[in-house]
Amino acid sequence: MNAMAKTIQAAPLLSVRDLTKWYGQILGCRDVSFELRPGEVLGIVGESGSGKTTLLNCISGRLAPTSGAVEFDTSRFGLTDVYGLSEPDRRRMQREEWGFVHQNPRDGLRMRASGGANVAEPLMNLGGRHYGKMRQATIDWLQRVELDTRRIDDKPRRFSGGMQQRIQVARNLIHGPRLVFMDEPTGGLDVSVQARLLDLLRELVRDLGLAVIIVTHDMAVARLMADRLMVMKGGEVVETGLTDQVLDDPQHPYSQLLVSSVLQI
Amino acid sequence: MSSQPLIVVEDLAKTFVLHNAESAAIPVFSGLRLEVGPGECVVLAGESGVGKSTLMRAIYGNYLPSGGAVRVLHDSAYVDITRASPHQVIDVRRRTLGYVSQFLRVIPRISTLQLVMEPLLENGVDPAEARERAEGLLTALRLPPAHWDLPPATFSGGEQQRVNIARSFIRNYPVLLLDEPTASLDADNRAIVVGLIRQALAAGAAMIGIFHDHDVRDAVATRLFPVSDFKAAA
Repeated sequence: MNAMAKTIQAAPLLSVRDLTKWYGQILGCRDVSFELRPGEVLGIVGESGSGKTTLLNCISGRLAPTSGAVEFDTSRFGLTDVYGLSEPDRRRMQREEWGFVHQNPRDGLRMRASGGANVAEPLMNLGGRHYGKMRQATIDWLQRVELDTRRIDDKPRRFSGGMQQRIQVARNLIHGPRLVFMDEPTGGLDVSVQARLLDLLRELVRDLGLAVIIVTHDMAVARLMADRLMVMKGGEVVETGLTDQVLDDPQHPYSQLLVSSVLQI
Repeated sequence: MSSQPLIVVEDLAKTFVLHNAESAAIPVFSGLRLEVGPGECVVLAGESGVGKSTLMRAIYGNYLPSGGAVRVLHDSAYVDITRASPHQVIDVRRRTLGYVSQFLRVIPRISTLQLVMEPLLENGVDPAEARERAEGLLTALRLPPAHWDLPPATFSGGEQQRVNIARSFIRNYPVLLLDEPTASLDADNRAIVVGLIRQALAAGAAMIGIFHDHDVRDAVATRLFPVSDFKAAA
């Protein structure tokens, strides 16, 4: 079956309730609630300092919130509070069922290991022991992200920024996650490289039926990738809705300012 | 065929509030009511600025109305587009509600053929069949095969518009919104599009359209709807 013919099911994959994070006296994010269904792509937009990355880190189990809950439909325990799991169980779930694509590939790759080893590592972590099969899966994924498979043994630093980002994408999808977090995945790239990576991400997300939470400050990226948007300002969600509705008819003063500030070319 | 309306617009109101311009309120319409049944093509009438496109966009869920409801018959039940969750609206748009705008939103690096096939692939149609239907429609719209493998970014306005039309008519949507689909087409291509619209109407589609070209309007309209009758007081 064509995976693009996905229907978005009623049961949530992820449920976030009243999520709040304080850094001492400083607010990270406050009272954020939403649900995400399988196959849905949620964009989080807002200027730097608006709490996008704090929120993403809290949701993805990387930063304990001050209050509130993050529940994920885990394959082992069903719908479970991510922070209620033991540390080993949470790490295992993150490895098995999630992916996280960082803005800077250096944060998501092991720079001393080869490109191929970086892509294969999640399979090894999940108990893969058959070297030939893992190498073949790695080659398949390098091809899917349009990288030259002859360079499988090169270290990441010998690849360009756009190529490093594609290695990171392959590394985060090879194990078949159901939910992938992306923090400004095209942030540090040239426009032409960015367009290519976006097309690739868009295709992969559709073909694999992935649920994605993508943080971006780029409205064009949000429009291309996201089904719906959350607009953040000062740590709070000021507007949510269907992507094209939020961008074409924004309601909140800050969303209006954000959309009207985009330069036309 | 049942005469149950496919679109029911109830007491729809829209006022734009521009928060960054001293919260200026721009009322467009209020209390607007409209029903469209199968085989009907309702053409929105009124001068420029009266709110025809705003109404279309509100029906599509692209603009958020200030009041009222837009019910679209989807899987034999009415969905209120103005209150449905984003994933419901996406499902209605994918299977029931099509929109042909004047402009094609070009996606970098995606070929014309792929763009036209996309609505079918999203609905689980076999890729070989999707390709065949896309090629058939592009041929009918007289877009040269040499163009099919190219992204439409560099095409002329009329060519882009025909890609846009192919993308919308390939799916046989039960409900279609047409915002000036023939605006930058020559007479021959306009006639082809009129043919597609009539074919869809004969198959029972419900349509709401904006056509500035009188010949096209007269050829497809089953009735006119004066948007200015619902003009909101400033």
